[in-house]
Order: sequence, then structure tokens, then C-alpha cells
Amino acid sequence: MNQVANNGVAAFQTHTQPLWLLAEVTYRCPLHCAFCYNPTDYDKHTQNELTTEQWLQVLRDARKMGALQLGISGGEPLLRDDIEDLVAEAGQLGYYSNLITSGVGLTEKRIAEFKRGGLDHIQLSMHDITKEINNFITDTNTFALKHKVAAMIKGHGYPMVLNVVIHRYNIGHIKEILEMAEDLGADYVELANTQYYGWSLVNRSQLMPTKEQIDHAEKVTNEFRAKIGKKMQIYFVVPDYFSDRPKKCMNGWGEVFMIVTAEGTVLPCHSARVLPNMTFPDVKEHGLEWAWKDSPAFNKYRGDSWMKEPCRTCPEKEKDLGGCRCQAFLLSGDAESADPVCTLSPNHHIIEKAIEDAKNPQLQSQPIVFRTDKNSKRIIGGELKDRVEEFHALP
Amino acid sequence: MSNTSVNPADIYGLARHYRFQWEEAQQCYVLLYPEGMVKLNGGAGEVIKRADGSKTVAEVVQQIEAAFPGVPDLQSDVMAMFELAVEKSWLEKRN
Ligand code: SF4
Ligand code: SF4
Repeated sequence: MNQVANNGVAAFQTHTQPLWLLAEVTYRCPLHCAFCYNPTDYDKHTQNELTTEQWLQVLRDARKMGALQLGISGGEPLLRDDIEDLVAEAGQLGYYSNLITSGVGLTEKRIAEFKRGGLDHIQLSMHDITKEINNFITDTNTFALKHKVAAMIKGHGYPMVLNVVIHRYNIGHIKEILEMAEDLGADYVELANTQYYGWSLVNRSQLMPTKEQIDHAEKVTNEFRAKIGKKMQIYFVVPDYFSDRPKKCMNGWGEVFMIVTAEGTVLPCHSARVLPNMTFPDVKEHGLEWAWKDSPAFNKYRGDSWMKEPCRTCPEKEKDLGGCRCQAFLLSGDAESADPVCTLSPNHHIIEKAIEDAKNPQLQSQPIVFRTDKNSKRIIGGELKDRVEEFHALP
Repeated sequence: MSNTSVNPADIYGLARHYRFQWEEAQQCYVLLYPEGMVKLNGGAGEVIKRADGSKTVAEVVQQIEAAFPGVPDLQSDVMAMFELAVEKSWLEKRN
């Protein structure tokens, strides 16, 4: 499950120290979620995964640099059989560690081992109250399994953290989803409106709800929150396409987040590999310290000196740092321009068009391109042109 | 909006699923929990450190006064910190 869990985190400007390390340990995944953020060419990144020893070194080095939150993510991290070793090392090192999983591959034996090793929490992805939608959107038969895994997580005394990606197919069920979370004894629920990167960008017209649906979902969430009080923390991640200003992506480029990919590429955000003319450091060659402090890639969009107008002289620039570089590039072809989400951006019409397109029945009815090895190979091979050509980095 | 009121006889402990630790690299105490983290400044760290489920608020105030002699208004600062921590769900009432 590949979701950013940065909600509720205050933004700290460290400039020198990463606080969060996200280990995307594999891009293999038994699920095929239509909204997956993983790169559409992930099939190229499923070979040459870092070894256990290399991951342990990454954990030690990042901890020395100051990282204290650790997310173990993917793909489906449980496809690796050394997660127990990573968890135990993370426990030793004093990380607050989180396993981000679809639940597939979690067994009593493994969860007991994670507990012994000191894993702090498990974030489980859930999709809907109905079996039909769960199975449709993930293109797998995983509905019953997720409930079983939720019970297992609870049974081992873990805080229950549910992540639900919201899209057109489940946005009408927010109240029921929250009730289900309550029944499962969830402590935290993240209602994450789909953000459009990777596979979700390819499927944008099929996934995007309307503004009215989002407003309604937010209202339902607020009502539920008022009723349930502190027993369950609910985060509603507002989709940026429908706001006037962009998000402060990753709390700033190279400020707090550091991602290490399955093959050891060090990134400041999940989708940074789409950006042109950038070479991201390889942990095997350069090590983490150099990657974070000195690599040209991490320094490129730190601070605001790279900005152009309208951001450069914008009085609000410290609030959002011009938004997301990847979104700016994917949608406008210019990585240094303002995030098109911003109403001050000269490219804002692209967002307006995307919202209109999502209402177009003809586009809506195009088939979803599920995240599968086969589809990844097709995209790499130049097929599915009609679905990817408007997005600058997708091959 | 805070409607929590902290009394001197209350006993507080760290909320379930929260972790509190000293961070050498940041030179401060931090609170870690699912979905987030908070860096605590010196005073806040001193309060949370002592809110371990065994002492009353009044005892925490006394301990802090003893640890930082001569600092004015400690009592009200500590009470305010408790109020904030309870409102943010960092601390849970244990009695
Ligand atoms: S396919 Fe689904 S479960 Fe697998 S990485 Fe993508 S979003 Fe996560
Ligand atoms: S113009 Fe740029 S800096 Fe100003 S609000 Fe928009 S994106 Fe942010």
C-alpha cells in the first residue's frame, strides 16, 4: 500500500535532518489498485531489490542522521520475507515504526514476530463496506481477508490504523465506512482522497468524484467526528484539485521526508522519478548522508530560489512552496512552474479541464487500467498512448 | 476550544500508543504516535516526562519547582502544559 502518511504532522524546517524514512522495499504487489501511486513503469523496478543487509545499513544510517519515523511500504512489503529483520533492527535503533500493508501475507506467526521486534503500528488499507467495490478497485478477491487481518492487528494490541483511499466508487459510503471502522475498533482512520500520480493519474477520469460529492463526504465526516469524539481520530485528506492553493508537498522538498526505493534510489518524494533532467542518488553508490545533504537532486528544489513567477514574488510562497514539482511537471511539462492547482498559476485551466473531463460520460466509461505487471509492460512499451499522452512524464 | 480542566489531584499518563523519547540528533524530547510526531520544547518535555501515570499533577508541579529553583510562575506554566497535552490527547487521565 503506497500512501503518504503525513497528515497531522506539523511541518518542521530542519534543512539538515530527515525525520521520516519511507522504505519502499518492493514494487511487487498482489493487488492491482486502480489508484496506486506507484510509478506506471514499476515493472522496471522489480528486479535488483536491496538485500537485507543493505536495508539494515539504510536503517542505521538514516537513524544516525536523525530519522525517527519509519514507514515500511511498497508494493506489498510482506512479499519480502525479511521484514521481521528490518522491524527488529528498527526497534533496536529506536525508530517509531509502521508497516504499511494491504494485509495480504500477514499471518499470526509474522505479526507475533513483528510485535517481538518492536513494530509500533500497522496501517491497513481498506476500500469499502462492500465486497464488490473492494474487489473491483483492487482487482482481487481480498474483502474477507482484510477483515481477518484487522482482527489480527487488534488482537495483538496494535493501534488500528485504517487507510481508505477515496474515489468515485466509495465516496458515497463514507458514513458506512466510518461505522465499519468503529466496529473494527479503529483508533485512526485516514480518509485519503485520491491524489493523481502514477496509476491514479492514468485513471483520473474514472476515479475523480465531483466537488459536490467531496463536500458532502467532508460534511458526513465532520458529523461522525463530532459524534465519536476522541475515541477514533479521523483525518480527511482534502483533494488538492478542488482547492485554490496547492499542498505543501512532502512538507517541502528535502525538508523532512526521505524515501529509499526497492533498488536503493533515494528520493525526496514518491513520484520524483518522473522529473526530467534529474539523477537521483543511489544509496549503494553514495550513501544516505551525501544523498540528503549534498546531492544535486535533493538541493535542486530546497527552499525557494528555484521559483519562477508567479511564485517567486508571491506573498504566500512559504505556505505551500509552490506546491508539488511532480504535479507541475506531469500536468504542464514545466517542473519549475507553479503547481497548476493554484488559481494564480497560468496553467490552472488544466485542473479545470480535468474536473470537467471527469464528468464526461464518454471518458468515464473508458476501462480502468489496473496496476498490473502486464499493463506496466504495455505502458513501458508505448501502448495505451491515448491514456498517457497528456501527462508529460508517463512513457 | 478547550473544555478540559486539569485538577491538582489528577494523575496522568502517556496516552495509549504514544511514545515519548529523547532524541539525541534533535536535542529535544519527541512524542511519536501513528500518523505523526511532535517535537517538544524544553518545558513541555519536562512535564510529559514526569506524567508517567504514578504522580498527581500537584506532585509534578513540586518536582519541577524543585528541579528549576527560582523560576517564576512555574505552577501556572505546568498547569497550562497539562491542559494542552490533555486537549491534544497526548496524556490520558489515570484516576
Ligand atoms: S496495488 Fe494497491 S496495495 Fe499494491 S502498492 Fe499499489 S496501492 Fe498499494
Ligand atoms: S503562486 Fe505559487 S507560491 Fe503563490 S500560492 Fe500559488 S503556488 Fe503558492
